[in-house]
Amino acid sequence: MSAATSRAWAVAAATPDPELPQLTVADLGILRAVDDADGCVVATITPTYSGCPALREISADLEHRLRAAGFKRVEVRAQLSPPWTTDWITPAGRRKLAAAGIAPPAPARRTSGPIPVTLEPRRAVTCPHCGSAATVETAAFSATACKALYRCRSCAEPFEAVKSL
Amino acid sequence: MSDDNPYDILADATDDHRWAFGTGFADALAGIDTSIPDGMDAGALATFCLALGDDALVYSHRLQQWMTRLPELEEETAVANIALDLLGQARLLLSRAGTVLERTEDELAFFRSEQEFRNVRLVEHADADFAQLVARLLVFSSWRLELLQELAAFADPVLAAIAAKGVNEVTYHRDYAAQWVVRLGDGTELSKQRMQAALDALWPLVDELFRPDPIDLVTAPRAGFDVAIETVLATAALDRPQAAPRAMVGGRSGRDGVHTESFGHLLAELQSVARTYPDATW
Repeated sequence: MSAATSRAWAVAAATPDPELPQLTVADLGILRAVDDADGCVVATITPTYSGCPALREISADLEHRLRAAGFKRVEVRAQLSPPWTTDWITPAGRRKLAAAGIAPPAPARRTSGPIPVTLEPRRAVTCPHCGSAATVETAAFSATACKALYRCRSCAEPFEAVKSL
Repeated sequence: MSDDNPYDILADATDDHRWAFGTGFADALAGIDTSIPDGMDAGALATFCLALGDDALVYSHRLQQWMTRLPELEEETAVANIALDLLGQARLLLSRAGTVLERTEDELAFFRSEQEFRNVRLVEHADADFAQLVARLLVFSSWRLELLQELAAFADPVLAAIAAKGVNEVTYHRDYAAQWVVRLGDGTELSKQRMQAALDALWPLVDELFRPDPIDLVTAPRAGFDVAIETVLATAALDRPQAAPRAMVGGRSGRDGVHTESFGHLLAELQSVARTYPDATW
């Protein structure tokens, strides 16, 4: 990777996610690559959920930040395959989630072969406030596509958790 | 620009893209290579993508009609999220059809007539109660999950990627619906009776999902669907409905553009703003 491409990666990687601004798009695994194509900086991103409205914002932010950093020709490409998974959230991203009071996701389930129906409550997540494992899912969905709602039985605090996907 | 408070960065707007996601929608496939693979029948691909996109668009609209009417805030959030996922799938699929038909996703969603829609009849009626909502969501997502899994290896890489992306989403929808069907079916005498009635009322529309159709380049395998439904019904102590399939009209149904009466009303509402102000941007 050339010095210019490394610098472009650093600029792009510092872009915050619009819905979880404590994390960058690199922390979340949304930024897949930054390449040089004949002097044009090409940033490749992947959507989290099909209906996630943040992708357009992220694309505009990336372009703006790269231009502001002095890159004259910038292109943002989207890549659907392979589909994003919460397993791509980096260790640093997981620490930042927990620090923001959002439980990081458990490892995602594998999706080859028939997928059984899940009728039991999902695996308990650890409370990001007190560390207790005695938590209960109060809703399978939350205010953004990527999160669910939980409550801690030990400290009684409600919290959000990133769904594993 | 300070990176100390992440929300300050977001407030540092420099152009119009922060205005409620901008003053116009970007193409859902923007930045993706949309060339058609060699040897692929582009017309058939477009028709099939329209059918899958219409299923998602119309059902998403029916789910959106539940907003502000659900019994609990948590269920409101859940149904809104499911509708949003399906709307996202619809945008991608209509855009894929549009790359062949040279029409935008908005033109396809808002300026086609009833007969031009290819969705199955299952997604058309309004739910009469919450039991009907979860019954249809269970059937729809169990069927769609099988279909998307089949499509994940499809020869068009764009459709395959859209499908693979949808698999995780629809799995989550199916689990949500399945857990409610069990809770209601295995609940009180009244909840059980209403859950069974909802499934019985829906069942005539199920066979159409698995009818071999020339439009469908891929058909969902029924075996996987049956296993999922049987698991849920057995756990919920509900009976598998025995109702006969809804008759077709001269051998035609939803995929052929022949729809039920309620679809016209739904479409009129869905298209009303775009047709009243055809040049509007938002």
